Amino acid sequence: MRTLRFLLQKEFRQIFRNTTILRMIIAVPIIQLLILPLAADFEIKNINVAVVDQDNSSFSKKLIEKISASNYFHITSWSSSFEKTYPLFENDKADLILEIPAHFERDLVRENHQQLFMAVNAINGTKALVGSSYLTGIIRDFNGDLRMQYVQQTANAQIVPIEISSVNWYNPLMNYRFFMVPGILVVLVTMVGSYMCALNIVKEKEVGTIEQINVTPIKKHQFILGKLIPFWLIGNFVFSVGLWVIARFVYGIIPLGSIGLLYAFLAVYLVALLGIGLLVSTYSSTQQQAMSLAFFLMMIFMLMSGLFTPVDSMPEWAKWIARANPVTYFIEVVRMVILKGSGFKDISKHFLVMAGFAVFFNSWAVINYRKRSG
Amino acid sequence: MAAVTVDHLIKKYRQDKKTSITALNNISFSVKEGEIFGLIGPDGAGKTSLFRILTTLLLADSGSATVCGLDVVKDFRQIRKQVGYMPGRFSLYQDLTVEENLRFFATVFDTTIEENYHLIKDIYVQIEPFKNRRAGKLSGGMKQKLALCCALIHKPTILFLDEPTTGVDTVSRKEFWEMLKRLKDQGITILVSTPYMDEATLCERIALIQTGNILSINTPEGIISNYPEILLAVKGDDMSHLLKSLRSLPEVKSCNAFGEYHHITLKKDLKLSETDLQKKWNDQSLQIKEVISIRPTVEDCFIRLMMETSKAS
Repeated sequence: MRTLRFLLQKEFRQIFRNTTILRMIIAVPIIQLLILPLAADFEIKNINVAVVDQDNSSFSKKLIEKISASNYFHITSWSSSFEKTYPLFENDKADLILEIPAHFERDLVRENHQQLFMAVNAINGTKALVGSSYLTGIIRDFNGDLRMQYVQQTANAQIVPIEISSVNWYNPLMNYRFFMVPGILVVLVTMVGSYMCALNIVKEKEVGTIEQINVTPIKKHQFILGKLIPFWLIGNFVFSVGLWVIARFVYGIIPLGSIGLLYAFLAVYLVALLGIGLLVSTYSSTQQQAMSLAFFLMMIFMLMSGLFTPVDSMPEWAKWIARANPVTYFIEVVRMVILKGSGFKDISKHFLVMAGFAVFFNSWAVINYRKRSG
Repeated sequence: MAAVTVDHLIKKYRQDKKTSITALNNISFSVKEGEIFGLIGPDGAGKTSLFRILTTLLLADSGSATVCGLDVVKDFRQIRKQVGYMPGRFSLYQDLTVEENLRFFATVFDTTIEENYHLIKDIYVQIEPFKNRRAGKLSGGMKQKLALCCALIHKPTILFLDEPTTGVDTVSRKEFWEMLKRLKDQGITILVSTPYMDEATLCERIALIQTGNILSINTPEGIISNYPEILLAVKGDDMSHLLKSLRSLPEVKSCNAFGEYHHITLKKDLKLSETDLQKKWNDQSLQIKEVISIRPTVEDCFIRLMMETSKAS
């Protein structure tokens, strides 16, 4: 116990003397939490629409007004020729072209039927999809309004429209940040836990201090604990700063569920993560190697975690990778507890899986960490 | 009881699937309690591998070794409590101060600086003015002293010093060896390795080691007196030209450059005095200024042994 205490004391001294690490611990979470959720916003706004209006009727004007009145669209051009508009599309000045054919109003009233043409720039698939569905919705709405007017005029034909009203549970305003911030919080904790822990251990190898430690009576488990405990605490610290300061005061996210539960899961998660860090360190002999290896793992962990895209929409093989990824579980838990207010019962399976990860990675790392060779 | 025994140790490093490098080729020796034992050999001779095996950091492929009567494999925990090791590369915490490093290693061995201060006092007073300086910011000689203090702080019975004077200036080297003498007087067995032949005479016994083989073990005196031939030192104006000319002479057995002289040995049948030799060679237009008979150094012995083994193999 006494040895461990001194190892910890030494470790903290080193960490607090290293200004780069200190900056990483304090500034990086704050900066990332402030910037990333804004950038990683999937809500599509400012879709540029170029309108080709060959009708120039009151109907077409009404439709265009309706489109520009919504917050999503920005009408960049309004002309009567498709040929003139098309270059805008090519130059990326328009994401969408809406063509209103000639005699739109006349034919719609007379024949009760008319077609519109919509061309979408699908390079950014999400933007194209969201944009076209928003626009379709607006047109449908517009159509409905027209019908109502005419139906009232010809009162005999009774049309009963099915009206769907929906409520957004757990994130009523569909605020994308509510979804992203907890996820990014997880990313931060993950980075601190795995990177810093791995780099710190490998540094001892690289500088050669591990030689000097190894000829002392310090035991394997004392050395490992001396390395893991500081980063476990730092992980908790980073998470707390993110949760209590940034998420609360900047984004107004107040966890619905139990804070204790969140921290309990964090505790287990960090143990699993530090196991990964330890494992990385056992396979590398220089900090550069450790960095490359950790970076590779982090990329996969991040992209396959459901942080940006839902796991459910991944192909079957990718789902398996996501299931073998501890980050996936923590992101799910954080979102469930913070946004949904889930209780222990709801996440007990996650707890079990995470404990499994913790045991698995740490045992692998300890077996691979041979104190006496190389 | 011997402080260290090494019995038929073999250590190979695998280079790739087929080839391997032999770092230690079946070596055996023992170190007596309380002596300064030197391992003398060039870089790559296997000195560090041997130290790492003896300090329980590396496992040998075969053979056995004991330190303080304890087996290096079975009793590695006990050994770690009793030995002090100073690796060739400075491996203390550069971001901790001098005092923090010393205190840390004292604590790790479950002791305090105060308890064993008498052991390190002579050395520590020299670096004490810098005790609040970070170890990484010390000069080479200071680092060496600190490393020695840290290796001594738990009062080890055996001290392993791997090339402690490499990269240290001549004055500090001299000081360092004086410190070792004082430690020996306190009863500590010291096993030290060095690539510098001139330091060999400062040890009580030395082992000459080359590519994993021990060429000879003896006192420095013994090694020198075992030199079987007459050694001559030759000096001339154009030394590099002279070296080539001497080597081409049929009566010269070996000729090596040694600072301002060339050291040569002759084939046995030649019975001429130094002046006669000089005359004879100058007649062959060698332009020799001086030929003297000298007492061999450890380096001469080392070179001779090295050539013998390479001839044998």
